[in-house]
Parts: sequence; structure tokens; C-alpha cells
Amino acid sequence: MTPLLEVNSLSVAYGAIKALHGISFKVMPGEVCTLIGCNGAGKSTTLRAISGMIKSSGEVKFAGESISGVSPHTLVRRGLCHCPEGRGVFANMSVSENLDLGAFTRHDADIPKDRERVLTLFPRLRERLKQSAGTLSGGEQQMLAIARALLARPKLLLLDEPSLGLAPQLVQTIFQIIREINQQGTTILLVEQNAHMALQVAHHAVVLEVGAVAMSGPAKELAASDAVRKAYLGHG
Amino acid sequence: MFAGLLPVVVVIALALGAYGLQRAEVIGPYWLNVLCNMGINILLAVSLNLVNGFTGQFSIGHAGFMAIGAYVAGWITYYGGLLIWNEVPVTPPEGWFPPQVWLFAAGCVGGGLVAGLFGWLVGLPSLRLRGDYLAIVTLGFGEIVRVLLQQTGPVLADAAAVKDAGLSSAMALGGSLGFVSVDTGLGLTAFNNLFWTVFFLGATILICYRLKQSSTGRAFLSVREDEIAAQAMGINLTRIKVRAFVIGAVLAGIGGGLFAHQSGNNLTPTDANFVRSFDILIPVVLGGLGSISGVVLAAALLTMLPEILRNPGEYLPLWPWLGAVAAIGIGVGLAIRHRRALREVCFAVAILALAPVLLALAGWACKKPGWITEKGFELGEYRMILFALLLVLMMILRPQGLFGVHEVWEMGKLFKKKPPKDPMGPAPVASALNSVASRGGGRL
Amino acid sequence: MTDLLQTLVTTIALGSLYALIALGYTMVYGVLKFINFAHSDIVVLGAWTSLVFAGWFAVGEGAGAAAPWWTGGIVLAMAMLTCGVLGFTIERLAYKPLRKAPRLNVLITAIGISLLLQNSGQSLIFGPRPKPMPPLITDRPLATIALPDWDVNLAWYWLLLIVAAIAAPFMVAKAKWAARIPKWAYVAGPAAVIAGVLLLNTTDGGGQRQDVKILWVDIAIVLTAILLMVALQFLVYGTKLGQAMRAVSFNIPNAALMGINVNFVISFTFVLGSMLGAAGGFLYAIKYPLVSQTADAGWVLLGLTAFVAAVVGGIGSIRGAMLGGFLISAVQQFGIWGVKQMGYDNAPALKDLYVFAVLIFVLLVKPEGLLGRPTREKV
Repeated sequence: MTPLLEVNSLSVAYGAIKALHGISFKVMPGEVCTLIGCNGAGKSTTLRAISGMIKSSGEVKFAGESISGVSPHTLVRRGLCHCPEGRGVFANMSVSENLDLGAFTRHDADIPKDRERVLTLFPRLRERLKQSAGTLSGGEQQMLAIARALLARPKLLLLDEPSLGLAPQLVQTIFQIIREINQQGTTILLVEQNAHMALQVAHHAVVLEVGAVAMSGPAKELAASDAVRKAYLGHG
Repeated sequence: MFAGLLPVVVVIALALGAYGLQRAEVIGPYWLNVLCNMGINILLAVSLNLVNGFTGQFSIGHAGFMAIGAYVAGWITYYGGLLIWNEVPVTPPEGWFPPQVWLFAAGCVGGGLVAGLFGWLVGLPSLRLRGDYLAIVTLGFGEIVRVLLQQTGPVLADAAAVKDAGLSSAMALGGSLGFVSVDTGLGLTAFNNLFWTVFFLGATILICYRLKQSSTGRAFLSVREDEIAAQAMGINLTRIKVRAFVIGAVLAGIGGGLFAHQSGNNLTPTDANFVRSFDILIPVVLGGLGSISGVVLAAALLTMLPEILRNPGEYLPLWPWLGAVAAIGIGVGLAIRHRRALREVCFAVAILALAPVLLALAGWACKKPGWITEKGFELGEYRMILFALLLVLMMILRPQGLFGVHEVWEMGKLFKKKPPKDPMGPAPVASALNSVASRGGGRL
Repeated sequence: MTDLLQTLVTTIALGSLYALIALGYTMVYGVLKFINFAHSDIVVLGAWTSLVFAGWFAVGEGAGAAAPWWTGGIVLAMAMLTCGVLGFTIERLAYKPLRKAPRLNVLITAIGISLLLQNSGQSLIFGPRPKPMPPLITDRPLATIALPDWDVNLAWYWLLLIVAAIAAPFMVAKAKWAARIPKWAYVAGPAAVIAGVLLLNTTDGGGQRQDVKILWVDIAIVLTAILLMVALQFLVYGTKLGQAMRAVSFNIPNAALMGINVNFVISFTFVLGSMLGAAGGFLYAIKYPLVSQTADAGWVLLGLTAFVAAVVGGIGSIRGAMLGGFLISAVQQFGIWGVKQMGYDNAPALKDLYVFAVLIFVLLVKPEGLLGRPTREKV
């Protein structure tokens, strides 16, 4: 089986400072892959480089084709959707308009059906359709961001820190939904600081340390490994 | 404590020296005129640099302040002269420093103060907001000054009328005809000479230089670099911006006073308009936003530009000298590897030295019939198009201006021994990062 | 009274013109967050290109002479097209390389472009002297409202009546019993009152007659402007492209993540703004047929006026620009009228002063404008 996403020696530099030193990993179709690591490890940078928001060197293949240097908006059309850190909802537009923007690239007749599906997934959003997105709570904004990304019907969803700044109970909900989305057939590349939750959801995990891959393997194995337990799970 | 006075003494000595050369007729009338205009243009550009370059606030109505200074100074010398001596002299009276000239100096300072007051009035509302607003407000301000000056009444001709009018003689500034009395045909006396030009120019440069070194100057620069960070350091943004703006306006007003009393200039309301403002702005952008010497050199070059284009043949023979300077600049620049600032200064000097030669060449080629067009044409007529292209290209290729924030005298460092490693330089930071990296890597 | 009515007519005509030009400022500000100084020069080129194109259709001269009615539309379309292409070129060559540059640099570039357009237009293309616009539209008035030369006091009552008629629906709308009034009455009522006042006044009351002229030109300006603004409103709030424009104006990187081609949307916005500016220039040229040379200071002031309109309405807001256009025009025209009443003959020369005063006032009191969103600069 060809991997859905293949990253080969990806490097990124911000001016003189190198943020990524040639990292490589693969995401197989249908799985949840997670990138974990502490602050400044280069997790978000990796996602930004994959989705073409920043310049990078190295090779990124999506569904077997190289996507290096392809602009972000083209990638959305091809089925790679990035849900950015800090949610990035359009605060001055209504929830409904935000969802419409998610389906911006699509012209098919299934949009209302998908919308319905997403609203079933996030019933909270249905209550707030007319409200402007800026007035939502942090958790609701995160839900909106994920819902919006789903409306693009991505093959691969890049999720950047979905649990950031959320109450523990909401974190549980969000991860529950991530699992559900994956079960409905969307491949997910998840970036998380909350390694504990991420490793529970993911099939496969990659540990980043200051811009390089420190470890990678099946999530269960990593969760059991001493090094990861010490560094990220806070016990062991 | 007298050490602080030394620069002032130097400025006065320089001014006296220049004036001496003028009195001894070493400098002919043509060059006298060119030099005085050059001095005034440099003064205006340096004063604008304080706002645009140091503080990063974009003002494009500097001519408005200049015009206010010019008209106030003109009002003081013209009506003051009428009241005190009962006459407006056609040429300044004989002698090194006749009493009328002191009234002129006072007029320049007064013009500067009034311009500063207007700067405060205009700056206060617009500087609280984002930079773009200042640009548009100042643009509008210049045009409004022009419109208002055009509404003023005819210039009064005799002392009795002035006494009658009292302060309302401030409304008799000649309207759109300019500051010339219709009855007598007399305008402002050409009081300006090399002494006052050099004196006020020296004072302006001195003030700007000392400001750049002072804590206020550092506040200016920090506002330019990052307003939010500056605010976080406890800088009152609006106050600092307004301060820079007002000082800039005062200096521009003084420049206006000189301009109004320069022989060959006829002060009219159009001197407040945006074309004039751009003339002041262009050397600031070219020379380097924040570099005093860069702006001085650029303003000097731009004053010479019309002269060069008028008689390109006369300037062509300069090429060996300027070419040599350019070659040295480029050579030294290429030789310096690791000191980027110095290198850039060298290249900038080379470019500035090369510019007059290239201009003369271009002007000469354009004038020659049959070379570029059949009849040949004056390149000088397309000056503004050249400037505009230069501005756009500059912003795309080298947005910080030729010199950036560096000064020509930084070249002096060339002759110093290589400085010990700068403790704040990039290398230690990089190594610190490396150590962080290795520490992080070792944790697993 | 006649003066006032005439002022009102001019206000509406000029207001729609200012609104059109202000839209260009506000739209570019919306997506790129900088003041496009070159916009006023696009307006100028719109006026001059329409002058050139109109010259191709020019017919006889003299009072009342005009080309067939559709030539105006063609000239307008051609001018808009030319300026649209020009706007596109400017954006691609000058602004796109600076997308990530500090704002000061973009501003200086905009000024450079503005100077370039002004001076090359003047010394290379159109010549350094004003030229008359060939008549595209008859200079006959559509309607002349003749009023007896009443004393001013009485005129004030009529004016008050009109204002009350316009204001009444707004005052009443909140009341409970207002629900029973049919909606059309809100429009028809005041309209009837105004028509009545005008009709009453059109009867020959003897005395000296001063006529209020509603010129065809004014009607054309208002209709064209309204047509364009409705089209724009539809485009921005009713189409997918408009949705993309709004998304880009909120946040460029996030818009790209939605699959929006940001560069295309920015270029499109620029072209759209330039086309509206060109329309403004065209209308200005048919209203004031002596078209000044491109570097004339009058154009800068026209641009300033339109910019103030955008600021008053709230820069970045499309509806704000429309509202601001009419408000500024009212301030300007009624300012002229008021100063004239005070006995100052040269009142029109000061019209820009009133606009400038409004600008300073708005910056002091409500810098985000009437319909704008208060924003702080982002870190």
C-alpha cells in the first residue's frame, strides 16, 4: 500500500535559524498519525511546511505525487486540509458562513448532506449557526474549525493542537470526535502537546525533538516506552 | 561642561568661514545660489528624516510646515521691516551683519515655532492612529495650507497701512500671486546668505545627530522598529511620535524661513503643495530612512540633478574623480568580507559618486539630436517620472535606502583594528542555540 | 430655498460619485490593509481615458448636442476596462513583491506609483493642459423646479417639513401602533409630502423666479453609481467570490487554508476597485467637462475627499464607504452654502477645508468610522 503522505528529509529555516533538520515520516491511509514533542520541537512548522504555508526544502509526497512548492489553496482542492493552530475561525463572520467557506472549493450537490453530517457531529454548532464566530467559546471555536475543515472533504486532515487551551472535559470530547472522524474514513495527522491523549487516539506516532525525529513507531509501543513515558507522559 | 559647546562653536566657525568665502567673492553668484538652495534642501530633508526615518511615521505634507514657516518669517521680516525701518529693502543692506538680518534670523525661528505649533495640532489626532492615517492627514494638511494661503488678501505696501491693520496684516499675504506687493512690486528681501544657511543647517544636523544618540532618539528608533514592543518598554507612543513630529515641523519651518528669503525664490502658496513635499521626501527615501549622512548626500545630489541635466557637458569631465571614488568604494566594499554594514556604506558611497556621472551622460545623450529622439530632448523635464520610478524600484530592491541606518563616518571603523567579538553578536547566540539543541537531544 | 434645494441636488449627485471612488480605497484597504495612494490617479486616468474614448464618438458641439445615449455606456465600459487592466498591472508589478514588506515600504511604493501615473500621464500621454470632455449627455435639465423668491424665513419652514417627513418613519418605526401601518407607506408618505412641497412651490407665485435645475447629468451620475453599487453589493455578499474576498480581508493565511486563491482574490479586488474608480472618473468628467491635467492638485483633493468619505464610513466597510460618500458630499456642499450665507463670496474655494475638518474630527472622536469595526494593531 502506498502511504497517503510521505515526508522525506524535510528542512525549514526561519532566517538563520533552522527549525527542522531533515525529518522523514509516513502516514498510511486510514490511520491517525500523531506528531508529539515539546515547545519548539517543530511540530507546527512541519504541518505548515506540508501545507505549503512556509518555504521548505526536501520532499513531500501526497498520494504518490510530489507537492513541494504547491500553494496551500491548491492542496485543499487535492484533498489535504490544514486546520491551523489557534483555530483560525473568521471571527467577524457567522458560524454558518464559516462552514460555507470550508466547502469553498467544492461545487458538488453533496454539500448540504455533508453539512448535516458535520452538524450532527457537533450539535453545539447547530444552536449557534447565526452567531458570529468570534463570540463562541474556545471549545466551540475549535469545533467550528474542525467542522469547517471536514466540509472540504479532505483525504488527509492536518490538525494542529486541537486541545490547546481547552478544559479537560472538552479535550475528551474533541478527541472522541477525532476518533469518530477517523472511523468515518478520514486520515488524520495530529499535532499535539498532550501526548497522553494523542497516543491513545493514534495508530502511529512520531516524536520530534528540536527539529529532528527522535523516535517513531506504533503509538502503543511508544506509549509503553520508558523514554516517552519519562519525557512526555510525566510518570514512569 | 564646555566640551558640549564645541560642536556649536564648530558650526558657527564653519558658517563664518563659508560666509567669508562668499564675501571675498571666491564663490560666484551662480554657485552661491546653488549652494544656498542645496543647504535649504538638505535641511528640509534632514528634518523630515527625523519623522520618516527615525520614528517611522510617514509624513507627506512637510511642505505645508515649510510654507507656514516661510510665510510667518516673511510676515515678520516684511511687515516688521516696514514698521521699524519704514521700508522693504530690495537687497539686504551693506555690511556683514546689518540689523535687518537679525530680524530675518528671528523670523526664521518664529516661523519654526509657529510651524511646530501646527505640527502639534495636526500630529496629535493622527499620530494616535496607524501610520497610514498620518500620511493622508499630512497630505491633506499641505493642500489645505495652500488653499488657505490662496485666500489671503493683497500685500500691504506702507507702514501706515500696516499700523492700521495691526495683527490682521497676517491676512495680507498676497493670495495666489505670492508674497509680492501689487503696488510696489516688492517682495521679500533676499536676506539669506551662506552664513545663515550653513548655521541653520549645521544646527539641524547637530540636533538630529544628538537626538539619535540620546534616549529620546532611541525611543524614536524603537517606535519605528516595533510599536508594541516599544510600548511594552514603557514608551508613551503618542507622546514620542508627536515629539518627533513637532521637532521635524519646527526645523522645516526654519528651512521655510530660509527658503522665503533666498534670492531667486518667489514665495507662493504652491510651495505648500504635495509636489514640494515629495521633493523633500525623495532624498530621505533614497539616502536611507534613518541615516543622517545618507540623507544629506542624497539631498545634495538631488539639488544638483537639475543643474547637471541642464548642462550635462560641463559635468562630464568630472568622471575621472567621481569614477575613482566609486572604484575605491566598490573595491573596499568587495574587500571587506565580514562587516556587512561597512560594506554597504562603501557601496552606497560608490553609487552616489557614480550617479552624477551617469546622469550627466544620460542627459547629454538625450539632448543630442538624433541619438535617442530625432530632435533631442531635455531629460530634466521628465525629472518627476525618474523620481517616481526610482522610488518604486528602491522599495522593491533596497527598501531601507542606500545607507540604511548607517552613517558615512562609520567608514572610520575601517582603520580600526578588528573589534573583539561582540558579546551580543550572532555567533554566541548560535552557539547557545546549539547547546540548547544538544541538551534537548540528550534527554531521550 | 432654491439655493438649498440646488445644494441638495448637487449633494446627491456628488455624493454618489464620492461613494464610488471611496469604494476603491476601502476595498483595497480591506484586503491589503494599506491606503492605495495611487487610487486617485486611477480615477484621473478614468476621466482622461473616457475623454479620449468619447472623442472617438464625438458629435457636433453647442448647447444640447450630445452623442446617442448609449455612447456614454460604451465609453464608461471602455474606461473601466482600461483602468481595470492598469490596476491589475500595478498590483502585480509593484504591490505583489511587497506583500510581506513593512507597511511603510508599501506606502512609499504607492506614492511612487501615484507620482509615476500623474507625471507620465501629463508629460507623455495626455498633455500638460486641461481638455474639454466631448459632450456625451445633453446639458439640458431634466426638470426645472421654479420657485417664487420667497423670504428666507418661510423657506426654512418648507425645509423643516421635508426633514420631518423624512425623519418621521424612523421615529415612528419603534412604536407599537406602527406595526399596523403598511410598509410601503413609510416610503410613499414622505415622498408624497416632498412632492407636495415641490408642487406647491412650482406654481407661479409671481416675483422673481429662481430655478432649481435637475440636470440629466446628475440623474445619470446617480443612476450609474447606484447601479454599480448594487452590483458590488451583490458580488460581495451574494457570490462565492465575494465570500472569498471577505475571508481574505479577515485573515490571509487562513483564507488560503480554505482553498481560496489569495493572490487571485487580491488582484480581483484591485481590479474591481480600479474599475469603480474609473467609473468615478468618468462621471466626474461628464459633470465637470473641463478635465484638468493629470498632475493637477484638484485631483489630489478629490482623492482626499473620497478617502475621507471612506474613513468617515469606516475604512474597510463597503456600506460605510457608500454612506460616507453622501455624508461628505453633504458636509462639503452645505458647508459652501452656509459660508455663502455668511457673506463670504469665495466659499467654494474652501470646500476642501470642510472635508479636512471632518477628517480631523472623525480621527479624534471615532477613528474607526461610523460602520467600521474598532481594531487594534495586531502583534
